[in-house]
Amino acid sequence: MNTQVVQIAQVTQVAQGSLSKAFFALLRRDLLLAFRRRTELLFPVIFLLVIISLFPLGIGPSPELLARIAPGVIWIAALLATVISLDGLFRSDFEDGSLEQFVISGHPLTLISLAKIVAHWLVAGLPLVLLSPLLAVWMNLPLESLGVMVLTLALGTPILSLIGSIGVGLTISLKRGGQLLSLLVFPLYVPILIIATAAVMAASDGLPYTAFLGLLTAGLITSLTLAPFAAAAALKISLS
Amino acid sequence: MLSASNISFERYFQPVFHPVSFQLGAGELLLVTGANGCGKTTLIRVLAGILDPSSGQLDNRAGGMAYVGHHLAIKDDLSVLENLRFMRDFLGTAAVSSNEVLQKMGLGRVREQLARTLSAGQRKRCALARLLLGDSPLWLLDEPYSNLDQEGVERVDDLLAAHLRTGGACVLATHGAHRPDWANTQDYHLVSGAPA
Repeated sequence: MNTQVVQIAQVTQVAQGSLSKAFFALLRRDLLLAFRRRTELLFPVIFLLVIISLFPLGIGPSPELLARIAPGVIWIAALLATVISLDGLFRSDFEDGSLEQFVISGHPLTLISLAKIVAHWLVAGLPLVLLSPLLAVWMNLPLESLGVMVLTLALGTPILSLIGSIGVGLTISLKRGGQLLSLLVFPLYVPILIIATAAVMAASDGLPYTAFLGLLTAGLITSLTLAPFAAAAALKISLS
Repeated sequence: MLSASNISFERYFQPVFHPVSFQLGAGELLLVTGANGCGKTTLIRVLAGILDPSSGQLDNRAGGMAYVGHHLAIKDDLSVLENLRFMRDFLGTAAVSSNEVLQKMGLGRVREQLARTLSAGQRKRCALARLLLGDSPLWLLDEPYSNLDQEGVERVDDLLAAHLRTGGACVLATHGAHRPDWANTQDYHLVSGAPA
């Protein structure tokens, strides 16, 4: 099969200014839509609060034990909360044809993915970061490691959104992509979980933790530069 | 502006339609007709670049396209005006007044309403209003007349005629209840399946 598509016209002259305009227009629209559907906005946050509050009930309110497991529990709850909100990242745009319009507009799909990922993090990731001090107090986490906990979430939750976007792109055309999505992305989240909890535990034990934060930062930069491209490629496959 | 030679598209190794060839110049309308399921929508999506043709050559020198398909890309939780404003900002055609465009489509009265409250015909008008936002020379319209009332159909025909007069081109797929009949119209009858 010999496919020759000559598309001289489409991507010829898209000025820099119009790209950033498109980026912010999309970001603003997604935030406005999230605000209009406030119940969906609150769902991951409430989910997180419920999970965290179940742990002391389930394993007993021993302060030492809770402090020991706090980093892992908070991080696993953050992973779950992110995954349940991930499916909505591209789904509505895929189903109502907006994604087709984005492709035809000639703007790079990578930029569009990045705008959607940023919007997703602001809506689903940032609230987790802001809530984490409260969760840390619930779980009796030592005060000296509270800052590190917040920092790992601030560095880590964008990575979750970025990596997750690739999985969403791949599963979007499936009717029940959500279940497959969790199987796809959880293995990829394992390194982040290990590094982040190791950092918080090191801080609790008074050990140096900056190396772990460095690793997380490296992960953030890597996924920020690569994931939008991968998500765009996945979306292109799902559209055809 | 747009030329195709022997374009085919295969789904699960079965060609969807007979190979398509045509030449479309400025000011011309290509009317794609055919029975339900003969691949009109697929062809339009191939021409739009959403799908890649399995074989054949597609040469698009239009420099910009506007596409209105079955999925209207309207957000239920945004008002009509917000929907249009977003598309305007996204496409970077800020010079166009969204209000004016809505007036032209007969949606002036409902512009502050949430899109979820619109009727099917009004939604279609809202999607078609996007055509007027940019100055895309090539329009790809998939069943633009569906759900529209008589007045809406006339509006679309007027817009289309004006677009062609100013040197635009259009590929329009319809199953034929209403069809524009102008001198600059090429007919293309699409046949499904593989050629015998």
